[in-house]
Amino acid sequence: MSHAWPAEGLSRIPDWVYTDESIYQREVERIFHGRTWNYVALEAEIENPGDYIRSNVGPTPVVVARAEDGSISVMENRCAHRAADFCRSLAGNAREFVCPYHQWTYDLKGNLIGVPFRRGVAGKGGMPGDFKNAEHGLRTLNVTTHRGVVFASYCQEMESFPDYLGPDILREFEATFDGRKLQVLGHYRHSLPGNWKLYHENLKDPYHATLLHTFLVTFGLLVAGNRSLMLTDASGRHGVMASAKSDAKNLGADTKKEMRAYKEGMTLSDPRLMDFVEEFDSPWSVTMATIWPNLIVQREMNTLGIRQIVPTGPHEFIMKWTMFGFEGDSAEMTRHRLRQGNLMGPAGFLGLEDNEAIKFVQDGMRNVPDGEHLVALDPRTPFGTSDTLISEAAIRGMYRHWRDVMGL
Amino acid sequence: MLDDLKLHYEIERFNTRYAAALDAQRLTEWADMFTDDAFYLVTSRENADRGLPVGLIYCEGRAMIRDRAFALHNTAMFAPRYLRHIIGNLSVERGQEIRATANYAVFQVLFDRPDATVHQLGVYRDVFLRTDQGLKLRERRCVYDNLLVPNALCLPV
Repeated sequence: MSHAWPAEGLSRIPDWVYTDESIYQREVERIFHGRTWNYVALEAEIENPGDYIRSNVGPTPVVVARAEDGSISVMENRCAHRAADFCRSLAGNAREFVCPYHQWTYDLKGNLIGVPFRRGVAGKGGMPGDFKNAEHGLRTLNVTTHRGVVFASYCQEMESFPDYLGPDILREFEATFDGRKLQVLGHYRHSLPGNWKLYHENLKDPYHATLLHTFLVTFGLLVAGNRSLMLTDASGRHGVMASAKSDAKNLGADTKKEMRAYKEGMTLSDPRLMDFVEEFDSPWSVTMATIWPNLIVQREMNTLGIRQIVPTGPHEFIMKWTMFGFEGDSAEMTRHRLRQGNLMGPAGFLGLEDNEAIKFVQDGMRNVPDGEHLVALDPRTPFGTSDTLISEAAIRGMYRHWRDVMGL
Repeated sequence: MLDDLKLHYEIERFNTRYAAALDAQRLTEWADMFTDDAFYLVTSRENADRGLPVGLIYCEGRAMIRDRAFALHNTAMFAPRYLRHIIGNLSVERGQEIRATANYAVFQVLFDRPDATVHQLGVYRDVFLRTDQGLKLRERRCVYDNLLVPNALCLPV
């Protein structure tokens, strides 16, 4: 299959970007296993020495563990002996990792510390004499943390995490992770039958928010006339969709007409769902940060969450959500975050619609293949940051970066 | 003994009505099966086992449950589908309050796929209250075993 980009440039995206197996394999190699910081955990999930969780870098399963000295290691979940995916629990506490197959044993940093019958039995068998444990540890990744969030990279010469984000995206990241200690409230996990990039695009597409999400519009959280910003970093890979809550009552009649979703007079029986408790040093009540390549940071008023993309092929990915609050939240504030959680996640008023829409897009490409997508809104901004919601400039910016990394 | 049998039968009938309301997507009827101060939660076994409070759906009070029903009917966009709820293995415990558990399975049929799939498999952990209008749910915690929700949970369970 030829991978020629359409002559119109970034305003078109060909289907093979989302459906071709060889493109997907190249993405794993060049993006997830390439020069990127991949989200793997929150420090709050591995607070104590020996705490570990199963996670992923791209599709690759890894174990994230805290050692006795407090350091965090990220290692492939693959025994150096016979490749067994040795860590089977989602989370736990261990003094060492023992592969159940032949009991090869690794410390919390992935060093091989035990090989049963290494010298054989009664002088027979065993490993070659020159076998060195130090050469047969687990494959470990480069690790960094920022404000309690843990990232890993296959690239050993990565720039610092702040440099990776750039100043504008870093400011928004630090507005959410404001230094308070995180408290994990729980997880959602779901599959999504669509290409993983569509999820980034959905959050770099402020156009859809006022049209697909009737709920948002009806209850005034986001409307086409709201103060908002679609911010990207200089490279185009990261983005933040930001908006400030306003009242739909003040909308002009023209704007209402364009938004078929707008329905006059609908109210919630329990309006606490939409309360916004000011707690962040930010002009925005909602920010959705897309941190390339596998992280979304959700600050939807007071419901806060991490979404981790785990691609499993061109047509599907798994999303792991980690919802959190902060230490020191009152019991009522925690319940407020949990109630507001009804907006997001795979059963959220908005979240379920995004998942459905992304599935529809993939279905369309599978059922009527070899076409292209049109992403031409807001031509005055060729790519990157835009202050209008009616824009696809951030999607174009992402593909400018993607094509460069992919050599396409 | 006879009272126990009667209560068991009443809750079975309740669950049958509950399943019928959801199978037909009569969500207002579903919402009215709860008390005003009811708590309704859908969460994974992973969260429940670790004592983590988050819910896919987290409703404090019937007003929020009604809002869920209203929003799904009037604002939510999702593909049309058939759902079938099977509820069984009921166990009832009568103490200060009426507590019960029952296993549930939800099958889903999407109109572009030929087969029904197991959409969710779990257990209801319930507290019932006897009211003027018969039994109502004061609490229903739906704890599902699936590690992954297939795409989206568009309707309550």
